[in-house]
Amino acid sequence: MNLVFKKETFRDDFTFKNSPEHVRRFPFPFHEDKYMYTVNIEPHTPGPVNSVFEFPIDVDEHYVSEMEDRALVLKDDPLRCQALPHMQLAEWDLVELLMVSMSEHYPEHFTLTRDGDKWHWINRPLGIDQQFTFGDTATLPYPPMEYITRQCQGDFCLIDQRDGNLWMDAGIVTTQADWSLDFDIGMNFMEWHGPVPLAHEAGVFDRALKFLMNLQLGKPVRRLNWTMSINPRLDTSPENFHKWGSDRMTVTPENIGEKVHLRVELQGLWRLPRSNAIVFSIRCYLISMNELVSVPKWARRMPRVLKNLPPELIDYKGLSRYRQMTIDWLSRFDDGAPTSPGGQPD
Amino acid sequence: MSMNLMSGSTEIPVRVADIVQVSERVKRFRFEPVAGGSMPVFSAGAHVVVSMNIGSRRARNPYSLMGSVTDLSAYEISVLKTVDSRGGSVFLHDSVKIGDQLTVSTPVNLFPVEQRGRKFILIAGGIGITPMIAMAEQLTAQKLPFELHYAYRNDQAGAYADTLKARYGHLVHLYIDSRDERIPLDALLKNQPLGTHLYVCGPGGMINWVLESGRKAGWPEENLHSERFLAPPSGKPFSVVLERSKKTVTVGEHESILEAIEASGVEPPYLCRGGACGQCLTCVVSCDGTLEHNDHYLAPEERDGNQKIMICVSRIKGSNLVLDL
Amino acid sequence: MLVSGIKSRPVYTGLILDPHAEHHLIAVEGEGALAVLDMLSPAPRDAAEKATILYTKAGSAPVDHEGALAKLHPYRLQPLPTIQTLLIRLQGFLTTAKMGTRIYIAGTEGFIGQAMQVALNNAIDFHSVRTEHRGSLARRIQCVHCKGFTENVTMSHVPCAHCGLNLLVRDHYSRRLGAFQGVCIDAEVPGELPPAEEIFP
Repeated sequence: MNLVFKKETFRDDFTFKNSPEHVRRFPFPFHEDKYMYTVNIEPHTPGPVNSVFEFPIDVDEHYVSEMEDRALVLKDDPLRCQALPHMQLAEWDLVELLMVSMSEHYPEHFTLTRDGDKWHWINRPLGIDQQFTFGDTATLPYPPMEYITRQCQGDFCLIDQRDGNLWMDAGIVTTQADWSLDFDIGMNFMEWHGPVPLAHEAGVFDRALKFLMNLQLGKPVRRLNWTMSINPRLDTSPENFHKWGSDRMTVTPENIGEKVHLRVELQGLWRLPRSNAIVFSIRCYLISMNELVSVPKWARRMPRVLKNLPPELIDYKGLSRYRQMTIDWLSRFDDGAPTSPGGQPD
Repeated sequence: MSMNLMSGSTEIPVRVADIVQVSERVKRFRFEPVAGGSMPVFSAGAHVVVSMNIGSRRARNPYSLMGSVTDLSAYEISVLKTVDSRGGSVFLHDSVKIGDQLTVSTPVNLFPVEQRGRKFILIAGGIGITPMIAMAEQLTAQKLPFELHYAYRNDQAGAYADTLKARYGHLVHLYIDSRDERIPLDALLKNQPLGTHLYVCGPGGMINWVLESGRKAGWPEENLHSERFLAPPSGKPFSVVLERSKKTVTVGEHESILEAIEASGVEPPYLCRGGACGQCLTCVVSCDGTLEHNDHYLAPEERDGNQKIMICVSRIKGSNLVLDL
Repeated sequence: MLVSGIKSRPVYTGLILDPHAEHHLIAVEGEGALAVLDMLSPAPRDAAEKATILYTKAGSAPVDHEGALAKLHPYRLQPLPTIQTLLIRLQGFLTTAKMGTRIYIAGTEGFIGQAMQVALNNAIDFHSVRTEHRGSLARRIQCVHCKGFTENVTMSHVPCAHCGLNLLVRDHYSRRLGAFQGVCIDAEVPGELPPAEEIFP
């Protein structure tokens, strides 16, 4: 795909839009007309050409603008990027994973040259040309994790493994679905998932933890998660909830198509080689209801999924104020015809 | 979650680039990737599973990686020749030559260095020195304080003792059994600063002694770390029915259930093949005898429940076992 | 003991003596003193002889348990005027402490959280620290917006002591911060508040 990076905003005037090709590649997360919370982990192996799964790290037309939005968030609130001191080795592992993947799959945009620990990184879209010594933090303008994740779409958490558990001990989180890294850093797997309803009782986290503890080098996995957002706002943080919470009151039947967005997280997990830590990437994809209904299958399925959500999930995902209005609006596009299995467009 | 995610490690074809006799019964093997390039980066404490074809049988043994991540042109392992073993170490010692091809798994680490530690005490007995060599390398690179205490049987048995002494000087303490030298464990445990972590690898009896002494010195469980790989014990042959695969296999005297199943073409998941990681845990449908749990993964109540078995090291006393595989 | 389905809240399993410890370092606030008495009174004499007790009466004032603790004849009993000074003293002891020292913390949840932070900062794993909750159920909360702490919260929602936003006390606890999370309760419609109830007396 020939990438043309768009100039757009995720705040204030919200000029974010998907091009028609990007609507088609949106990772629609519902494989049937209802939603159940499951582990739904699959191998993170290459998917179809032009899909968001084509490469391990997906770079899309929103890249430059998303990186600008991240820089704005960090400028206001440096606590969105934190690492406990024992995670430094894992930070370097992440630098390697992202630089190698991005330069290998997008050579026209990124170049990595390595000579022992002397590395040379070129990022053309962001105009960066950096020589540094791998392993020497003083040769980069930011700490290693922050340096590379200021240049890669998606949130990243670095997870330490010890005492039969996983610990979220570092991360950069600026495009989150209402959770706080500053609060959750240092927590174990069960603790940081504490507020998620229903899934604990279903044993989902016990199974997922056991699985991830044995995650192997070179065998990354992924899953999709979703919520909804009013406006294409990447930074829906609890820190700023008092500023964006009232967005939910601005939804009217007239503006649903442009205001209400489906927000999908492509979550990837890799074992890291030097540190034995795990990187947990959370890449956010946004699509407005107007864009979504341009795919007839999604237009039929979306209202059906929203109708059948358990009340706990409606509350947890913060949908209460506008769910019914959205169902009513979407139902105009649902002719009742059956939908094909899987999330991809017909 | 599909099972294929969990199946055995990715295998890397390697060529034996060098074999060095390092002590009376220990040889070091150097494995280069057949495809050229580098081996995957690994962390100290990691092991690989080496696969070899011994006659018609395929043996897979776990070995700790030595050396440092700064040299990834090859992996190095050290193998103690144990004559009563099921053949893997004897095969490596007697039959494998420079230039031969084998496969190794991608590294798995069940014995990682606790990155929050402030000081590290490494204790090794005999061949248990191998993961400690990688740990000493990594701790040095990370500028973290450590000391290494290494006990071995006699002057001929101390693999790497001289090299380690030369490289790390006063940080290395050697104890030779035949000279009645013992690790002064009680004194060692007494005056360590808060945040010290202890790592032990060696014979089972030594590991038990070190861990128990640590507890008795008031060390929290969280600061005591050990790794032991069990070789699957031998026993009388029995048959295993794989209910879902609709296959019946015979487990030979010197064979593990896992090996017998693999020989039949079924590939259950595994990581350590030494009773430690829990990956090959399998549900028992029925058993006409008693389960002999040889692992150190299952909790006592799980052992007594007789519903789960670690097929890499455990066996049955009886003639027929039915598994959910 | 506190009972809840909150996954992120630590489980305070009670003060249980480690018979192998070379030294017992005990940080105690208010009614937590009673937990220390329960642990050490029936124990062999040498347990108290190996114990350092840092005590502040804080939440249990005006009741003072110093006399009762002194009767245990610990190796060292240090009464301290406030939680703050106790935490400074605790840090001082941990700086030179050796492996074999067992840490115990007893008192209100807010105190346990703060003393635990000191332990964590000294490379001690929280699993190694033995804790017991005594006294008020009040919560210490952190405002997720301004990051300020509000102590002794007993109501379902409360104005932040620093920025003044109305905070819902969420059932989500951070060991690193030693506090529950407070999130603006009327962000959607400012001023639209349910009545506050006393739920953590």
